[in-house]
Amino acid sequence: MRKALLAGVLAVCAGSAGAETTIRIGYLSVAQPAPPVLSNLDPRPDDLGLAGARLGLAENATTGRFMGQDWKLSETVVPEGGDALAGARTALAGARLLVIDAPASTLQAIADLPEAKGALLFNATAQDGELRDEGCRANLLHTIPSHAMRTDALAQFLVGRRWTDVALIEGPHPEDAAFARAMSASAEKFRLSLVGRKDWRFDADMRRNASAEVPLFTQDLDDHDVLLIADEVHDFGRYVAYNTWLPRPVAGSEELVPEGWSPVVEQWGAAQLQGRFEEAAARDMLPEDYAAWAAVRTLGEAVTRAGGTETDALRAYILSDAFELGGFKGSPLSYRAWNGQLRQPIPIVTDRAVVATAPLEGFMHQGNELDTLGLDAPESACTAFTETSQ
Amino acid sequence: MIRTMTAILALAASPAIADEIWVTNEKDDTISVIDAETFEVTRTIPTGERPRGITFSHDYSRVYICASDSDAVQVMDPVSGEILHDLPSGEDPEQFVLHPDDRRLYIANEDDAITTVVDTETRRVIAQIDVGIEPEGMAVSPDGSTVVTTSETTNMAHWIDTQTEAIFANTLVDSRPRHAEFVKDGAELWVSAEIGGTLTIFDAATQAEKAKISFEIKGVHEDRLQPVGFELTPDGKTAFVALGPANHVAVVNAETYEVEDYLLVGRRVWHMAFNADHSLLFTTNGISGDVTVIDVAARKPVKTIKVGRFPWGAALRPTEG
Repeated sequence: MRKALLAGVLAVCAGSAGAETTIRIGYLSVAQPAPPVLSNLDPRPDDLGLAGARLGLAENATTGRFMGQDWKLSETVVPEGGDALAGARTALAGARLLVIDAPASTLQAIADLPEAKGALLFNATAQDGELRDEGCRANLLHTIPSHAMRTDALAQFLVGRRWTDVALIEGPHPEDAAFARAMSASAEKFRLSLVGRKDWRFDADMRRNASAEVPLFTQDLDDHDVLLIADEVHDFGRYVAYNTWLPRPVAGSEELVPEGWSPVVEQWGAAQLQGRFEEAAARDMLPEDYAAWAAVRTLGEAVTRAGGTETDALRAYILSDAFELGGFKGSPLSYRAWNGQLRQPIPIVTDRAVVATAPLEGFMHQGNELDTLGLDAPESACTAFTETSQ
Repeated sequence: MIRTMTAILALAASPAIADEIWVTNEKDDTISVIDAETFEVTRTIPTGERPRGITFSHDYSRVYICASDSDAVQVMDPVSGEILHDLPSGEDPEQFVLHPDDRRLYIANEDDAITTVVDTETRRVIAQIDVGIEPEGMAVSPDGSTVVTTSETTNMAHWIDTQTEAIFANTLVDSRPRHAEFVKDGAELWVSAEIGGTLTIFDAATQAEKAKISFEIKGVHEDRLQPVGFELTPDGKTAFVALGPANHVAVVNAETYEVEDYLLVGRRVWHMAFNADHSLLFTTNGISGDVTVIDVAARKPVKTIKVGRFPWGAALRPTEG
């Protein structure tokens, strides 16, 4: 019954929409060695990010059915230690639109390939500030929020709560340092006082020792309202809460976390997106999945609204004021014309609930309040976009 | 005239005789029944999970409720508040519209990208029509020839021929369409777009876009101006448009398409229903968990009524015989 009806629908659409256009998107994943962590609780899903791209493609294809569009996703995986640039060349040979899961330096090298000239690349995982700053590339857009967008979101929340004295514990990994740097900059931007700071140096197994070690470790921090953790690899941070010398809330990489997406987001129709994802991937939707989904959906919107598949025209439309994407976070999503970053609200979440969503009320901006999060036009040293768009 | 009659009846008989506004409480799994004269909640009726869309049969002897998370459309006796039976609705029914034949119910299945057509008498599915992702807004033309489903993520209005139960046209609208209505005796189709922040007006005969309405409230960022439900006065001259998290209802001149006024209501205003003589408008305010009563002539909110958690849909049940 349904099959027959579907055939009828397609026939009608084919008549009205004319010839089918095929749009090819490539998903390129460059596997990175995962640092060892104390807990075994959170295995990294094999299809992290990719599952979001697949869902986005299915959604584009549903719309495409009515528009005479045929959407294809090709998936390229570069194994650990493999040749990322060779993988990128292969992906670019099959598609001029790529969604990429790779570290910052690899992303830049891919964007600089001769084969990537005139292609449109989406960074769906790297949060590094540099990619939105002097290290930006005109053909590289970012759907994952930067560290700065996340830490600005948290800083706004702390200011709103008047928890303005903060202490910070920083892990030993480069990602931890990047998050800590962003957190310090956000503290300055929103006038929080960083009253104490320590580096995490333990090599003990905290599953047994947290209750003994953490109180002593946090004892010599000056009094603070909230303890911030920079532990982006999720190694030690989970053992800090409830073991601190002073009874203080914990935030940052653990406990109260600013994220681009979280399974606990349910307002603004998010429950539907979560449901679709869960059904398709048999697990919760994580920030990397959301970022890949947003990249593919961006292309869906652009092809439908701009009415073409030519890469330069898509890029121009995506970076224009006309572009907007419904992202299930309460505000339309759009791209910053100065560095290609997707503007988006940042939910501030615990494992069980959304505590707040940034930008918080009262944080004003002359253009778009979402630009109170992350690098605003005057702060960004990215010039690649102004050169090409003007 | 009708109001006077109601007053007399109310005096003469039991207090339950006044017109009622039925409100579905999405997160309480209940309906709050509001007395349209006294503004009191007179009954709270349990429903299936996550009730959203609500509509009455033409003679008001049945009320249909989309119990979204129960994957059912429930049929209730409005007098007793008892569920008589469920209709096979497809998964996650969110909104629906009852055909002028008083028999066919067109249901948007939000999770399945399908519009299901159910015969309410035989309780059978007549057809399932593939539409865009997250179908929600449902409208039927007064002559019954056309049903429109809008899909929130595909951002389209799908025009369905009710003879063949097949789509005959698809028109793009702005981001996240939420609600659709045929107005002015079916001459126009209005579609609200929540994220796009607009109302698009189509010429129903040609499906061509005719006008687009935007909103602007001083001190409220444009991203918060998210039109969802709307209703027109019976003369087709004035539209009331719920603006979601802007916490206002816009009053639109439906002839010039100009916004004339903004009325402050509760938080995240969703949908609305008029009383019988259209002198009052009741809006559901999702986040504040209440209903605002608007005096239509004065264009003023006059009362706030506490209901259940996350009130969503609203429908009038006139009770004078």
